Amino acid sequence: MSETTKEGLDSLAQDALKGLAALRAEGREPSPRERLALPVQDMPCQDSGKRAQNMLEVAEGYSEAQARIEAERCLNCKNAPCVAGCPVRVDIPGFILKIREGDYLGAARAIKRTNLLPSVCGRVCPQEVQCQAPCTLGKSLKSVDKAVQIGRLERWVADNERACGACDLPDIGKESGKRIAVVGSGPAGLTVAIDLRREGHEVVVYEAFQKTGGVMVYGIPEFRLPKSLIAMESEVLAEMGVRYELNFLVGRTRKLGALIAEDGFDAVFIGAGAGLPKFMEMPGENLVGVFSANEYLTRANLMKAYDRERAATPIYPSRRVAVLGGGNVAMDSARMALRLGAEEVRVLYRRTQAEMPARAEEVGHAMEEGIIFDFLTSPTRVIGDKDGRAEALEILSYALGESDASGRRSPVAIRGSERVVPFDTIIVAIGNESNPLLARTSPDLKVDKRGHILVDEKQKTSIDRIYAGGDIVLGAATVILAMGEGRRAAAAINELLG
Amino acid sequence: MTKILSKRLLSEEVYRIEVEAPLVARERKAGQFVIVQADDDFGERIPLTIADADPSRGSVTLVFQTVGASTHALAAKEIGDRITLLGPLGNPTHIEKFGKAVCVGGGIGLAPLYPIVGALKAAGNEVAVIAGARTAELLIMQEELKLLADEFILVTDDGSAGRKALVTQPLKEICEASAPGARKPDIVVAIGPPIMMKFCAETTRPFGVKTLVSLNTIMIDGTGMCGGCRVSVGGETKFVCVDGPEFDGHLVDWDGMMSRLRSYKTQEEAAHHKCHLVEGGAR
Repeated sequence: MSETTKEGLDSLAQDALKGLAALRAEGREPSPRERLALPVQDMPCQDSGKRAQNMLEVAEGYSEAQARIEAERCLNCKNAPCVAGCPVRVDIPGFILKIREGDYLGAARAIKRTNLLPSVCGRVCPQEVQCQAPCTLGKSLKSVDKAVQIGRLERWVADNERACGACDLPDIGKESGKRIAVVGSGPAGLTVAIDLRREGHEVVVYEAFQKTGGVMVYGIPEFRLPKSLIAMESEVLAEMGVRYELNFLVGRTRKLGALIAEDGFDAVFIGAGAGLPKFMEMPGENLVGVFSANEYLTRANLMKAYDRERAATPIYPSRRVAVLGGGNVAMDSARMALRLGAEEVRVLYRRTQAEMPARAEEVGHAMEEGIIFDFLTSPTRVIGDKDGRAEALEILSYALGESDASGRRSPVAIRGSERVVPFDTIIVAIGNESNPLLARTSPDLKVDKRGHILVDEKQKTSIDRIYAGGDIVLGAATVILAMGEGRRAAAAINELLG
Repeated sequence: MTKILSKRLLSEEVYRIEVEAPLVARERKAGQFVIVQADDDFGERIPLTIADADPSRGSVTLVFQTVGASTHALAAKEIGDRITLLGPLGNPTHIEKFGKAVCVGGGIGLAPLYPIVGALKAAGNEVAVIAGARTAELLIMQEELKLLADEFILVTDDGSAGRKALVTQPLKEICEASAPGARKPDIVVAIGPPIMMKFCAETTRPFGVKTLVSLNTIMIDGTGMCGGCRVSVGGETKFVCVDGPEFDGHLVDWDGMMSRLRSYKTQEEAAHHKCHLVEGGAR
């Protein structure tokens, strides 16, 4: 992970640009071998000591010179495996070529043909397992870390476009007279809204919270995804004519069926997001000081509890924090706890670093900031004081055993390794169950045994004209997978409404 | 955001506001609640039970007590001001013809009790209401409840109105059914401060009378996402927002629930930031 300053990285990139300019002055383009030799552009980041004290974005974004060099690294290979790796099939070689040509706004247009939220995806997509995983350059250099940094380029293109004040609204088809209700304004819902509005359909997005963005505003922290970005992206949709109904819970404020039967919608898309947090089901888990990551992060993000002067929502005063889990949400929780003033934050994970589902970049950032990782450990119970407040965890050590169905080696408890470690705050980040509300209030809506809505290959649910996608279907997944499902659902709805 | 249509000080620290919420007014049923927020950016989300609704006017009525910063911010709103409101949330009270029902309300808990009394009456039950408060000034909705109830018993802790007693005393007497011709209640509904509900449940337990309580825990989204409202019921973790708000009072882990309500107490005191979480609840 880079600790190099923005200025230092930019100056290196400037030097590399001069080298390329010299080459071109001789009238030739860099050979593939010369492209291979161009340095992969690191992401400039806030100093780890400083950033652990603030909420500002950790990754500062490429300079123009860095973006130019990174774009020059692309081999523009014929089969473009990167596109197949992208859940929404962004024209990656196309937008990278535009950067090379200096047509930055053209690059933005190329991305936005399939992805209207590039500033979000450029920041939070796990590119290393998607578009960047099959990159020919990375394969040639025998490391996925050396693949073209597609995500960073995508972010730069989006940020540059916004900085220019040049965000074009996409073309909107002739008003079709058809109406679609979108339940939830997270990544799946917003994608559906855009794709349907483009076809000229009337779109109303229902959001239970007071702000649009779903998990992008309540879950993912400011230091990874600034909320002002989400507000601006939502505003673009509003300018396209998408209407938001905030503080509206479909299933309660209005029944799902009534949207079609009484309110005149021609179709509904459900992107209601993740549901009830999972807990460890260990003794003491309802003691004071034990939080789900959802609650902890919602207080800190959506409710702005970090702004102690202004926010009315309190955040628990923590000194020693244990975060249970090894995914991105666990990393977000741990890093948030540190920023909120905890003295020591430890991540407890049953397996080893190699098995962690979190992005390597996020784990690296967390380690740089001083988060301590206790691998091969898991708690067995929470111990409370006389007032019912958590004061310690009983912890057990594990060893890795046989591989399980997911291919990951299962942790096996080491008998007799119990010990008690003091913690005043425990954040449980082991995933979510599904939200039971829609299934309970719409008996015809079929769900699997874990409560996730069942859909066919076109994202259609068991009820005609009702589609679903994102975490309510997938369980806890990623922003981009939700968007991919949204895209598929929108295509099916557009087809249905002809 | 929704507009405040009317506002009235019911008693010391207790406000009744009517807000414009046509969809909530149409959908809500007895026992459900809403989440309100005085300010979208920095306000706290607080659950308040719906005291009444008027579908023709498109409004719902909320009753709350100013106990902390967030309820004070709400009380500072005047007619015509707008607040954020989400609802109706939670499951409606299960209403059927039980036979004899006793509805116990303490302080601000009398407000959410009112629609439940109405629904039980409408289903053909004989309903006795026990209305209690610390002192006479804190009693609300007496007249409305008196009109609905077959039997109305008023108690205050200090004897300044009605009988000087805790609500559990008349409740115990009714359960004993010692008077000639008296019958044991078939169901008890108790809404009020947690400690009152706990002791109501303890009072009815030896008589084996099913006792519903309505819990008002810490909550953020209120839609089944954050898990902050969890409470142990019969040894299982339940979520008040989607599994409740009403539970069998004999199965609730009261001490666990009350300590969770005190989660932010020290912090609130330090920051002069006393919120609705203070024991007793906003309703």
